[in-house]
Amino acid sequence: MKSAVVVFPGSNCDRDCAVAIERSTGSHAAMIWHEETALPDGLDLIVLPGGFSYGDYLRCGAMAAQSPVMREVAAAAERGVAVVGICNGFQVLCEAGMLPGALLRNAGLKYVCKSVALEVTNAQTRFTAAYGDRREAVMTVGNGEGAYFADDDTLDRLEGEGRVVFRYRDNPNGSARGVAAILNDAGNVLGIMPHPDRAFEPELGSADGAILFQSVAASA
Amino acid sequence: MRAKVEVFLKPGVLDVQGKAIEGALHGLGFDGVSGVRVGKTIAFEIGDADPAKAEADVKAMCDRLLANTVIEGYRVEIA
Repeated sequence: MKSAVVVFPGSNCDRDCAVAIERSTGSHAAMIWHEETALPDGLDLIVLPGGFSYGDYLRCGAMAAQSPVMREVAAAAERGVAVVGICNGFQVLCEAGMLPGALLRNAGLKYVCKSVALEVTNAQTRFTAAYGDRREAVMTVGNGEGAYFADDDTLDRLEGEGRVVFRYRDNPNGSARGVAAILNDAGNVLGIMPHPDRAFEPELGSADGAILFQSVAASA
Repeated sequence: MRAKVEVFLKPGVLDVQGKAIEGALHGLGFDGVSGVRVGKTIAFEIGDADPAKAEADVKAMCDRLLANTVIEGYRVEIA
């Protein structure tokens, strides 16, 4: 599998993502600065990492969505390349219009950082196929603006089309209908609030995040 | 010309910051306060002498960057 991790100014999980991909799949990830106007050829996976791109100025992910590299990421997604936005990366994908909805301030107003149990609501996607019959995964959340929001029609459509991929067992931030991760309509762009990149070895408390990267690798 | 843009969460989108401020105002004894909404103001010079074009440009800026119209509404003033 050939993968790349985009680095925005203020990204802070970029190297975690690279290590997670390497330990989970054995493949090396290229680090791509946000000002790049071309991506490496033949990519199977692009990851937009967590962090505080541009200091969360204006809105979380709003400035990063305008970075030069995002035009290339959108073009790659159009070609069918798998794109995963984790935490701040999820916010960037929504701000870029590559996923529906938006992420709001957490219902409790607090930054939430803890291990969460997730329901695997759809294990028939290129990001979750390797979960097989497993219906639960444990990962860590770390967000202040992680409450997923979309209008009811959009939420109905996401649920009806199997595009809600993970759901919180115990909603930590007020996300609409407990949504933790969603897919675009083509099924190749995933936004996920919890961090699979912080759950790829048992020593980290969970290795369940590795399965996500392994699913993508198997489909590559 | 100077543009002033006000951005607020849309009605129906829970403004948790507004709720917290409302609670604090009640705590100070301002019991009649309700419907607190927190927004932001963005002000800048725009190098256009034609007010109609300036307004159209600023609205385009709002739609593309200054506001996220999934969750936010905006109001533009040109002076």
